[in-house]
Amino acid sequence: MNIDLQARAIEPQRHTFARVAAYIGDKTASRYQEATLGVQSTANFHYRPTWEPEFELFDTGRTAVKLADWYVLRDPRQYYYANWTMTRARQQDAMESNYQFVESRGLATKMPDGLRAKACEVLLPLRHVAWGGNMNNTQVCSRGYGTAFTAPAMLHAMDQLGVAQYLTRLGLALEEPGALDAGKKDWLEHPRWQGLRRLVEDTLVVQDPFELFVAQNLAMDGLLYPFIYTHFVDDYLAPHGGTAVSMLTAFMPEWHQESARWVDAVVKVAAAESDANRTLISGWYQSYVEQAQAALAPVAELALGEAGLGALQTVRESLDARARKAGLDV
Amino acid sequence: MSKVFIAFQDNEESRPVIEAILADNPEATAVHSPGLVKIDAPGRMVIRRATIEELVGRPFDLQQIQVNLVTLSGNVDEDDDELSLSWLG
Repeated sequence: MNIDLQARAIEPQRHTFARVAAYIGDKTASRYQEATLGVQSTANFHYRPTWEPEFELFDTGRTAVKLADWYVLRDPRQYYYANWTMTRARQQDAMESNYQFVESRGLATKMPDGLRAKACEVLLPLRHVAWGGNMNNTQVCSRGYGTAFTAPAMLHAMDQLGVAQYLTRLGLALEEPGALDAGKKDWLEHPRWQGLRRLVEDTLVVQDPFELFVAQNLAMDGLLYPFIYTHFVDDYLAPHGGTAVSMLTAFMPEWHQESARWVDAVVKVAAAESDANRTLISGWYQSYVEQAQAALAPVAELALGEAGLGALQTVRESLDARARKAGLDV
Repeated sequence: MSKVFIAFQDNEESRPVIEAILADNPEATAVHSPGLVKIDAPGRMVIRRATIEELVGRPFDLQQIQVNLVTLSGNVDEDDDELSLSWLG
């Protein structure tokens, strides 16, 4: 007797959800598309928010940027909860082994005392900047419109919290817990940090979510991360015996580079939609990048001495180039 | 001319790889059977890292395709940027 096994392919009647098919047609959708497209609540809100009755709960009017379709602001990294969590878990594992390496070999104690103090003096107040970034991106998620825009903003907020936690842990690894208090005291009282602190606190009350996005993610972080983690940590601390600090902050430049793709894509698509959008976003960028550079100047001088302002200017020029590439008038 | 082919498990991870192959090899055709996607191409087929990275928006290590790779035929030429199958030499 012969038994013939055959596989029979059954064509599914639908390849994806109707809400996704409305954007990409009836073909197999990626998980990112299914988690993003057509998810935003758009209608049948029963009540207006009591705290802002001029708007609906989810309202495109909270920002001055106008888009015909808010789902155009896709995240090129295609992050949704699952793959974002897996990526960060992998990076967390790498960071854990960096910490283990540094701690088991006592690399922190082998750093020259002056260098270790300097690393703490520059890096620890930045915990509060990262916390501001967490608050601001949460705000972007809360006031923004369209899942494609708001969901990655929430992931970005959690990433900022992660950065703050890594800095805390860095302080504990390099110095006594007192280093964290000293960093907070500098942040609250030392004149050189007050410009940056004012900028962070001013952005906390920016109402327009897109403006806040540009201020925090493009202008402030666009200057801060390359300056601190490339010019200060990698180019200054590491060659002087502070490799441990490079290892313990390895996540930050990696994350900044990765998330910059998202930030640039959002700005580029929104600016390309209309001249009005482009003018608006360019104006925001110009204004916040000026403020951020001024606020970071004393920090740059603390970090690199006289070379600090020059390095900050270099970072500014490459950020301007990045903004120009994203289609802004700079 | 003989055909080269490569087959992947039909899942979320191989999707961008398959899309990249179809984009880079105009003559390639994909056949979906249950759980499996087999791509045929006459003579030669190339898988480019850059194209996959463009689709996923993140760095991609070409070795990752091995996880979902089922079978292939053709002479393999592989480096960090490209993996090609061919019968030509």
